[in-house]
Amino acid sequence: MKDQITTRDTIRGAVHTDLRHDSAIKHVTGRAEYCDDIAESVGTLHAYLGCSTVTHATLRSIDLSEVRKAPGVLGVLTAEDVPGVNDISPTGRHDEPLFPTEKIEFHGQPLFAVIAETRDAARRAAELARVECDVLSHALDPVAAIAADYPHVTDPLKLERGDIAAGFAEAKNRLQGRLNVGGQDHMYLEGQIAFALPGEDDDVIVHCSTQHPSEAQHMVAHVLGVPSNAVTVNVRRMGGGFGGKESQMNLFACVAALAAKTWNRPVKIRPDRDQDMTATGKRHDFVIDYDVAFDDEGRIQAVDGTFAARCGWSSDLSGPVTDRALFHADNAYFYPHVKLTSRPMKTNTVSNTAFRGFGGPQGVVAAERMIEEIAYKLGKDPLDIRKANFYGGEGRNLTPYHQEVTDNILDRLITELEDSANYRARRAGIIESNAKSRFLKRGIALIPVKFGISFTATHYNQAGSLIHVYSDGSIHLNHGGTEMGQGLNTKVAQVVADAFQVDFDRIKITKTTTEKVPNTSATAASSGSDLNGMAALDGAEQIKARLVAFAAEAWGVAPAEVVFLPNQVKIGDDIIAFDELVKKAYMARIQLSAAGFYKTPDIHWDRANGTGRPFFYYAYGAACSEVSVDTLTGEYRVERTDILHDVGRSLNPILDKGQVEGAFVQGMGWLTTEELWWDDAGRLRTHAPSTYKIPLASDRPRIFNVDLAEWSVNKERTIKRSKAVGEPPFMLGISVLEALSMAVASVADYAECPRLDAPATPERVLMAIERLKGAA
Amino acid sequence: MTIRNDIRFLLNGDPVSLADVAASQTLLDFLRLNRRLTGTKEGCAEGDCGACTVLVGRLSEGQLRYEAVNACIRFLATLDGCHVVTIEHLRGPDGGLHPVQQAMVDFHGSQCGFCTPGFVMALYALWMETPEPTPTQVETAIQGNLCRCTGYEPIIRAAVAVSRYGTPTADLLAQERRRITEALQDLRDGTRVVTGPEDNRAILPADVGDFAAVYAENPKATIVAGATDVGLWVTKFLKPISPAIFIGHLEGLKGIEFTDTDVRIGAGVSYSEFGPVVDAHFPHLAEYWSRIAGWQVRNAGTIGGNIANGSPIGDTPPVLISMGAEVTLRHGQNRRTLPLEAFFIDYGKQDRTPGEFVESITIPLPAPGTRHAAYKISKRRDEDISSVAAGFAVTVETGTITAARLAFGGMAATPRRAARTEEALIGQPFTEASFKQAARRIAEDFTPLTDWRASAEYRSTAAANLLIRFCHEQTTTEAVRLAVA
Repeated sequence: MKDQITTRDTIRGAVHTDLRHDSAIKHVTGRAEYCDDIAESVGTLHAYLGCSTVTHATLRSIDLSEVRKAPGVLGVLTAEDVPGVNDISPTGRHDEPLFPTEKIEFHGQPLFAVIAETRDAARRAAELARVECDVLSHALDPVAAIAADYPHVTDPLKLERGDIAAGFAEAKNRLQGRLNVGGQDHMYLEGQIAFALPGEDDDVIVHCSTQHPSEAQHMVAHVLGVPSNAVTVNVRRMGGGFGGKESQMNLFACVAALAAKTWNRPVKIRPDRDQDMTATGKRHDFVIDYDVAFDDEGRIQAVDGTFAARCGWSSDLSGPVTDRALFHADNAYFYPHVKLTSRPMKTNTVSNTAFRGFGGPQGVVAAERMIEEIAYKLGKDPLDIRKANFYGGEGRNLTPYHQEVTDNILDRLITELEDSANYRARRAGIIESNAKSRFLKRGIALIPVKFGISFTATHYNQAGSLIHVYSDGSIHLNHGGTEMGQGLNTKVAQVVADAFQVDFDRIKITKTTTEKVPNTSATAASSGSDLNGMAALDGAEQIKARLVAFAAEAWGVAPAEVVFLPNQVKIGDDIIAFDELVKKAYMARIQLSAAGFYKTPDIHWDRANGTGRPFFYYAYGAACSEVSVDTLTGEYRVERTDILHDVGRSLNPILDKGQVEGAFVQGMGWLTTEELWWDDAGRLRTHAPSTYKIPLASDRPRIFNVDLAEWSVNKERTIKRSKAVGEPPFMLGISVLEALSMAVASVADYAECPRLDAPATPERVLMAIERLKGAA
Repeated sequence: MTIRNDIRFLLNGDPVSLADVAASQTLLDFLRLNRRLTGTKEGCAEGDCGACTVLVGRLSEGQLRYEAVNACIRFLATLDGCHVVTIEHLRGPDGGLHPVQQAMVDFHGSQCGFCTPGFVMALYALWMETPEPTPTQVETAIQGNLCRCTGYEPIIRAAVAVSRYGTPTADLLAQERRRITEALQDLRDGTRVVTGPEDNRAILPADVGDFAAVYAENPKATIVAGATDVGLWVTKFLKPISPAIFIGHLEGLKGIEFTDTDVRIGAGVSYSEFGPVVDAHFPHLAEYWSRIAGWQVRNAGTIGGNIANGSPIGDTPPVLISMGAEVTLRHGQNRRTLPLEAFFIDYGKQDRTPGEFVESITIPLPAPGTRHAAYKISKRRDEDISSVAAGFAVTVETGTITAARLAFGGMAATPRRAARTEEALIGQPFTEASFKQAARRIAEDFTPLTDWRASAEYRSTAAANLLIRFCHEQTTTEAVRLAVA
């Protein structure tokens, strides 16, 4: 890199400024390389999974003779071929065999893998297996599972505070209800994929589309029966993750690696979309029973909630997911007396997993349903009920898990949005126009979100980085986070650019690899920038400290007189180019490389007692949505959405805004048209975009105003006082569900809460309308 | 008859000639695996996500026309005589980013980037046709493109702004239009093409007469027009289609002819090609037409294919039946014509003999006094298969209903008319009371299925309610349904 002495007073790509995604040009030209685009070496083989066609059965035998004989097939892999441990459970519960030996637990469960010269040959051969088994009865959803006395896949959690018996006894009003909320497929555009290259000795390199390279590494090592140091996992970028590649890639990484070592040839595995959707986990569906007591003002006195989840056949991440549902069952509201219980039910379905929000959205949607119920019961605007219940005021800041809410900014946030969206006047106008419009009805809702930031598994809250400054002044940045579109690499590079005060372009963003930063956590829980930004800053600060010490000594000035200016360094009265200082430091044998590290301070969590401070801080947001509903067909349209969202002091406002917009639409999709539908035989019938409908451009709000709360500064010492953004805005989509509910309620003069279940497809909307009309 | 055994087309800047192209070989696999043009992505392999969008240029009445299509379900052999343009071919006049690409970068239209090349290609096709689109036109152009990251807002902003970055006349494809047109003309040698191994044979007849002859000789062949359904037989169900007779290129099936009373269209007319006819002569169909699949599928899929396929949930049969359309079938040199409703016998069974094919469809132009409507209900508004589709044509004379054709899709094993409901309307005044009364008969006409798209109860309720909607749309000015824009 040539010297870039400039007279600009700021660097390009500083923190807190808008900077485009570092791969944007590669994205639009098709030159961004995804796993399937890596050039295959000569001799590359292809694997494909053979899956079960029954839902629940005792396995007797799998006859693979026809599979082995099929054209182009080199062989098959079954449980017997696993040299290490036949388990890919991400939490070490040993309840998730790579391939089963005794039982088939769901329709579409991978039973074996075929390895062939081409993907097409492997795919065709996989159809030829003959499975002998004794079919058992099955339970597909949590209600059926409870009725059939199915076990929990993991220990339930109970959160308790106050005295709910007393709370219910004292209260004037009480109501009970049930909310069914559906799951969601990730529908990342790039499906699961892994490409393994065998090396010498035990070594294997796995390129994989994963949010959690370290877990893929550990899992491959575990399945191969080799130490972790033999396995390298690489990921340059994913074509979307959303939680679907936090543990679900394990299967593919392990099959590719096992096959690569077995045949000593490179092996790629890429399921088609149908197999991707049937064989990998999704967001958990929940059945939520709530019992809420409240006074005549709508102030909640007591809440008793049970959260039963469709976890699928194994635990996967269902423990922390159902825990997080309980952590968010208060959303933004203080419950004086509360008891919340999770029921992580085993079901004969694919094992559900992480998905943006990680159970939190299901908790929040329950809180908002209770608010809605109270509002209809008392004939009030739901926003007034919300305000009456916000955290704040003496003795009203303790969550059900006994963490104090100390950073609440909802009063200001809600007030600003209420004004900018003109909520009150529009609501009044809608009620008036609904009275006149016979078939088209409108609804509006303004909802808050409070979301806890940190992994609730405290040990995950750590991160590492590796930074090299080369003798020409160019910088190589590596950290443990993964890029799935969120712009993490851009933000972390901005942090490093800011630390060295050099232009962003000087920093080379490199693939995530377990060779450079070990023992990383998943890029999940919205934590990517918080953790990796801090780890990168630590690395940069170490190198800077050495440069400062060197300069101070070489120039004979105090360290305080060494100041990093944009692309330059001021040392005493001298100003030299950054590159020049680096070169001199190199010549003086100064170490220009550093491994950075960060761990989130002050957090702790005692799950057994349900107390602690699991979250470092909260991120807040609010959305106001208006919808129109055709009461003859149940079809609807989102007319307008206004969002005000809190990202603290944004590292990159334009990327954060993109996260907010995208999360909202994804959240809206979860609650409207995205329906997972199993038939009675246990087959998932919505398993590709032809049958599973995520939002299209024409589904986004007709008017879509998204703003960041620019005044917000994280009270905690996070990276540049920013806040996490990946998950919190997902829940803003709940405003659409509640607006639909209001439009439905209009057909019975708002006298009854419609109890609209999710996803609120046109069918559910019409059926709710018919039900209310029938009752009215 | 001369027979050629290779497929010839242009790929970006280069001529390509391929011998032995298997019928089931897709364009996407050819691009990615054979040519390592990896900018075109596979997202779903069923034409529903648009990540594989490419442009295909072809000569239509001598004019070079580029269309966005899904490479995943486009068979390679069907590109004979075409110009395939992939993301790798795009560049600006100065050799830098293309205007569409630059706009996408500047408006932050990509996040994970995987869907992005497909969006760029769809927006490129839009910009060539409509350089300054409205947001609604953009939405229609990207109905076939899924993005899971952005929420679409930045993509729309970029698409609306593209013309600020350049004009289509300065575009590479416009500059080279003449050269490409000539090159494609040179590729047209009027021969039948037969290629691929014996068990995976592709046949491209020279013209319609040749098609009739070759199909009469091979009555078990799979006829493939736009491949928007047959493509999935291959990519999803691994079904053999050999021998496949590809007919999408036959200009003789693309005619649109008017008489005073009707319009006759060749079976190979695509949804997009029929669009201008809808706008000019069947305005009641305009919204419905824009909701059939996504743009890429409308560019490839044909009306004849939608009928011949016999699906109970095809979008065109209900509306065509309500309008009194007739279908002409051809076997060798013999033709016969029957009402479209009579073509559908039962689930998976049509009135079509071995070796016989759908050649044309005749649609009466709307007569004064008859009120038409077309309705589609689906879980998602765009690019979804209908839960219920309906076409209504009700004739009113001096206030009294004298004829009614109410056709539904999604309500039975075939698209068909609601005979009892129609009967209940005849002789009645055109009033809400009449329609309410008639709507009760829907339950006698149909016993729909419950599946993942909709329950039987919903289908019946919504179908009955569509009659109420129809009555109100015809008699009041009050908004009854959600506007598109």
